[in-house]
Amino acid sequence: MRIVLAEDHFLLRDGLSRLLGAFGHEVVAAVDNGPELQRQLTEQEPDIAIVDVRLPPGFSDEGLRAAVAARQQQPGLPVLLLSQYVEPLYARELLSTGSSGVGYVLKERVSNGAEFVATIDRVASGGTAMDPEVVSKLVTGKNRDEPMNSLTEREREVLECLAQGRSNAGIAEALFITEKAVAKHIGNIFPKLGLPPSDTDNRRVLAVLAYLDR
Amino acid sequence: MDTTRPSAGSVPRSSSGTGTAPAPLSSGPVGFRRSLVLWGLSCRAFWLSLWLFFVYLTLSGPLGLKLMPSAVRRVRSLADRQRALAAEWSGVEIPAAYPEIPASADQGRALRTKLVDKDNQIARDWRWVTLDPIVGGAISFGPLLLVLSGIWGLTTAVFGAQLSDSWDSIWYLFIPVDGVGTAILAGLLGAVQFPLAFFWAGPRAVRQHSRYLRAFLAPSDAELMAGRIEHLTATRSDAVDTQMAEIRRIERDLHDGAQARLVAMGMTLDAAEQLLESNPDAVRALLVEARQSSNKALAELRDLVRGIHPPVLADRGLGDAVRSLAMISQLRTEVEVDLPARPEPPVESAAYFAVSEILANAAKHSGAERCWIDIRHEAGMLRITVTDNGRGGADITAGTGLRGIERRLATFDGVLAVSSPLNGPTMVTMELPCALSSPKTTSS
Repeated sequence: MRIVLAEDHFLLRDGLSRLLGAFGHEVVAAVDNGPELQRQLTEQEPDIAIVDVRLPPGFSDEGLRAAVAARQQQPGLPVLLLSQYVEPLYARELLSTGSSGVGYVLKERVSNGAEFVATIDRVASGGTAMDPEVVSKLVTGKNRDEPMNSLTEREREVLECLAQGRSNAGIAEALFITEKAVAKHIGNIFPKLGLPPSDTDNRRVLAVLAYLDR
Repeated sequence: MDTTRPSAGSVPRSSSGTGTAPAPLSSGPVGFRRSLVLWGLSCRAFWLSLWLFFVYLTLSGPLGLKLMPSAVRRVRSLADRQRALAAEWSGVEIPAAYPEIPASADQGRALRTKLVDKDNQIARDWRWVTLDPIVGGAISFGPLLLVLSGIWGLTTAVFGAQLSDSWDSIWYLFIPVDGVGTAILAGLLGAVQFPLAFFWAGPRAVRQHSRYLRAFLAPSDAELMAGRIEHLTATRSDAVDTQMAEIRRIERDLHDGAQARLVAMGMTLDAAEQLLESNPDAVRALLVEARQSSNKALAELRDLVRGIHPPVLADRGLGDAVRSLAMISQLRTEVEVDLPARPEPPVESAAYFAVSEILANAAKHSGAERCWIDIRHEAGMLRITVTDNGRGGADITAGTGLRGIERRLATFDGVLAVSSPLNGPTMVTMELPCALSSPKTTSS
């Protein structure tokens, strides 16, 4: 995969490049500021962009803004945002550019190399990856909301995994239940969130959005 | 409505500017009517001053001390009314600097000492009430006097000739009315006095009255400044205390949290090193443990930073930071923001944490389901209202939460008002004077 990497800390940028290289990916550009990132994204047309939210020159949310702008120019460009903090508001803004091929995870997830690369693969192939912390924040925060309230404890856990972009098999593994049980739970979640029966993949994303978009 | 008043020191800052601007005149008959109202108030001041005389005589005994608080309240309410009228009718703002008297059993005694102190709003009020029936009464009675005299003039014009016979002689102003000629003259003069009273004297009396009021009731510049200094001293000491407490909390959090985890991590890694040769399986478990420790330390540092200065506030400013709060709040929260630019960072931060705390309070105590937050900048003030549809009954004097927010806002000369009738809704309003500095940088 051809990857554009934006990260202002030299050590992390270097480490990430090496990690990605070790897994057989090619980092075509590694930049350390917002304007340069925007230029590289249009020039290189990478398979995925891995972007730190906070970048020079302003050290605020340049990375996010560059990512959103790039996705508006090149719809469907996969973007994985890295940040020291996860901010639900930013997750919503990122998802407003389309819910396929986006990810938003904490930087520390990098420390588990294999899982991190799996996340990259998922996003690059059009999946969604939200950090468990974004999701759990919204779930605990919104437990007064009626649709969320109607979910059982188990269904909520399943939805949390869904939002992280896991497959049914992945969810089964994480929650120590059978794949069949996962399918059943998901089947219960959709109507409770008021999602119409349509193709399942789309509904999975919508279920995640149901979280974030309120 | 439980409103916290700005305390003694926080007098209006614009107190000195009003002296130079010419006071507007009320238009004709309206001015006359207003002068009558003012005269009525002077009559009230007269009865009140008689009462005060009685209270004053008994002040050395328990009776006077018992009557004192209510007497002070009555004087203040009359003075407040007069000040409000002067501001509304003549545009004359008269600042007031009442000392803060704690509600206690010994309130009477505390108020008595204030009476002795000449440079004091309470003592000034009392002096004013005793003199108002004479000075204020005279000014406001003028227009009515003209009308009465006009009526007398017309009366003498009609009945003057006959009356002068039976009453020996009668006078109208300077005219001895004794025949038809002088009677007509008196009538003409009397008739002129009506328009004079309505269109000239009435409005002028109202304006003059407000000036006299300011001369008697307004505190001196030195006193205003003393109040201001007192306020600044109190808020500064609060600010220092708050800051110290914050620093101590951060120190404790670091010590018990991230620091402890890093120490544990070092020990785990050390143990792993020892076992590297003999027991690779145990090393794997230790390394997993070390990674978990590092994740927890990072999570704690994240929470700590969020408590010091949330990244979203730094990145996007107050509006988006509050929207973010709303997203994760348990209440269904709508946020309305109208800020053309960003407030200064300290004000922004104070406002953010105040909203955060109020929102958390609402979620915890009010039983509300919905919440509305409105943020706007008007006339140099950042004004924020937080309204919830909960059960109401929030009392600023009951808990430490609202009081704490109020104290922290006071550092910025901000004020907090709570309206929370039983059965709701609860509305918390905050106002912070601030300039909008850096232009908005948000792109979306």
